[in-house]
Amino acid sequence: MKPVSYLRASSVEEAASAHGGRTEARYLGGGTNLVDLMKLGVERPEVLVDITRLPLDGVREQPDGSVRVGATVRNSDLAAHPLVRERYPVVSQAVLSGASGQLRNMATTGGNLLQRTRCAYFQDLAKACNKRVPGSGCAAVVGVNHDHAVLGHSPHCVATNPSDLCVALAAVDAVVELAGPGGGRTVPVTEFHRLPGDHPELDTVIRPGELITGVLLPPLPRGAVSHYRKVRERASYAFALASVAAVLQLEGGEIRHAAVAFGGLAHRPWRARRTETALLGTRPSQESVARAVEAELAEAVPLRDNAYKVSLARDLATQVLGSLSTTA
Amino acid sequence: MESNKGPHGGPGTTIRYAPWPRPADSPPGATGSPVTLRVNDAPVEAEVDHRTTLLDLLRERLALTGSKKGCDHGQCGACTVLVDGRRVNSCLVLAVALDGCDVVTVEGLARTEDADGDLHPLQRAFLERDAFQCGYCTPGQLCSAVGMLAEAQSGQPSVVTDPDLATDGPVPLTDDEIRERMSGNLCRCGAYPHILEAVQDVVS
Ligand SMILES: Cc1cc2nc3c(=O)[nH]c(=O)nc-3n(C[C@H](O)[C@H](O)[C@H](O)COP(=O)(O)OP(=O)(O)OC[C@H]3O[C@@H](n4cnc5c(N)ncnc54)[C@H](O)[C@@H]3O)c2cc1C
Ligand code: SF4
Ligand code: FES
Ligand code: FES
Repeated sequence: MKPVSYLRASSVEEAASAHGGRTEARYLGGGTNLVDLMKLGVERPEVLVDITRLPLDGVREQPDGSVRVGATVRNSDLAAHPLVRERYPVVSQAVLSGASGQLRNMATTGGNLLQRTRCAYFQDLAKACNKRVPGSGCAAVVGVNHDHAVLGHSPHCVATNPSDLCVALAAVDAVVELAGPGGGRTVPVTEFHRLPGDHPELDTVIRPGELITGVLLPPLPRGAVSHYRKVRERASYAFALASVAAVLQLEGGEIRHAAVAFGGLAHRPWRARRTETALLGTRPSQESVARAVEAELAEAVPLRDNAYKVSLARDLATQVLGSLSTTA
Repeated sequence: MESNKGPHGGPGTTIRYAPWPRPADSPPGATGSPVTLRVNDAPVEAEVDHRTTLLDLLRERLALTGSKKGCDHGQCGACTVLVDGRRVNSCLVLAVALDGCDVVTVEGLARTEDADGDLHPLQRAFLERDAFQCGYCTPGQLCSAVGMLAEAQSGQPSVVTDPDLATDGPVPLTDDEIRERMSGNLCRCGAYPHILEAVQDVVS
């Protein structure tokens, strides 16, 4: 690790000006990803701006009925908050199916949104990786790519986004709030993470020096039900091989609202728009749900080692949507 | 939700702040800073390099070697300690970020409020149930279990908690709940069945 300066920011303005958009500066949240990557030499910041004492640690209902989650709310507090458990079970379940109790006590909402891929080659300085060193190549394209993407990848990067929370946030159409040198702005979570394309070094559309200040959860349609399900290589404390977040609302037996997002399959949480369109207005049956899921997964292009993800995701989504449509 | 919480939030039972004033932040550009902490109820003032993790501060500077370094990457739980009453992986927390916090390690468990000054009830249960073999993971298991019991008591759900359970009461700790909630602590010796029994003894 390189020697690093440290500033404990007490206001958003102080944090933003201490960071200043410099490439060698990083905001420090829970540190569970940043400190890990500093030890590996993947991150080499010279300036740390600690944002954990900013007054961004509340979960509050807004006048319009949405719920605002501050950027420094710890993952465990987010998952346990009554407003989140009662109104957004999919968000609570997604957080609780990630990492461990200890890590969730440390990890922040903002840090979770910006955690880097778990691609083993990204973490190994001896390997070629366009995300770590643009233009150096991608060891995973020809290497062991069991854990990698089946949707939306490019020849330059086949990494997946590892977050569980972000999959649920995509399914509830959450909005990221940012503060930066150019003022504040908001970005829907579904547009916050990028596909790798020609620039895999950019995970998201965040601009240099921008600070995530919070996430807005808009009200779900009345009577909507939601669920998150994740498959991993052991029963707990492992990243997703594949996961699905789904929100369904039925009226008179017909689907009026459907939001489906996959995790573990792509460089960003993957909204299954084709599935959603196929479901809307239908009376769900086992066959219609399976057809709708297939409509999205027909787009998948598996790599050498990960064709299993397509059938896994198909079974997961079919099961989750099937059981939600009987409870809705 | 912000009331009565340290920077790490938490159920609040063991929050105690250092009674002395905080030193000013280090001058811009410095690569080390003074920190003041309470560790196992004792005041600690130290000048730390900003890269120092809490685990290294405890082990290398304070000679508190109970907390173990298994992976140094958040993947095993051997380094688990309590910060402001909440369990965390001390290998991933920078010490400088904890200025003003209250840290309890395995060495301090016997002096927390549930203990009799000799052993914490969980330590006694681990002995009675023979809940270890080599013992390397044990300090982390113990601190994790103490934090976990407080979390369940304060109503925090886990992924196996019934979603319909009322949000305002404690979560009953079934074997499945304990297994899931303790999954952040690996045991290479595979003492899991006895660890589960020991924790269950303290629950019931
Ligand atoms: C062993 C292990 C297992 C894990 N398993 C899972 C899992 O199963 N599922 C899962 O989803 N996650 C998992 N995680 C990842 C964990 O959820 C993330 O590390 C965590 O959410 C990151 O949050 P943090 O606050 O610690 O971020 P930090 O490490 O502090 O920061 C991460 C990045 O975000 C930036 N940043 C932080 N906050 C802000 C902000 N407000 N504005 C702008 N930039 C910011 C930092 O500069 C840094 O670049 C695991 C981690 C470990 C170590
Ligand atoms: S998949 Fe992406 S992150 Fe992994 S080695 Fe290739 S470029 Fe790097
Ligand atoms: S040493 Fe900290 S989790 Fe392994
Ligand atoms: S007792 Fe040996 S690792 Fe757990």
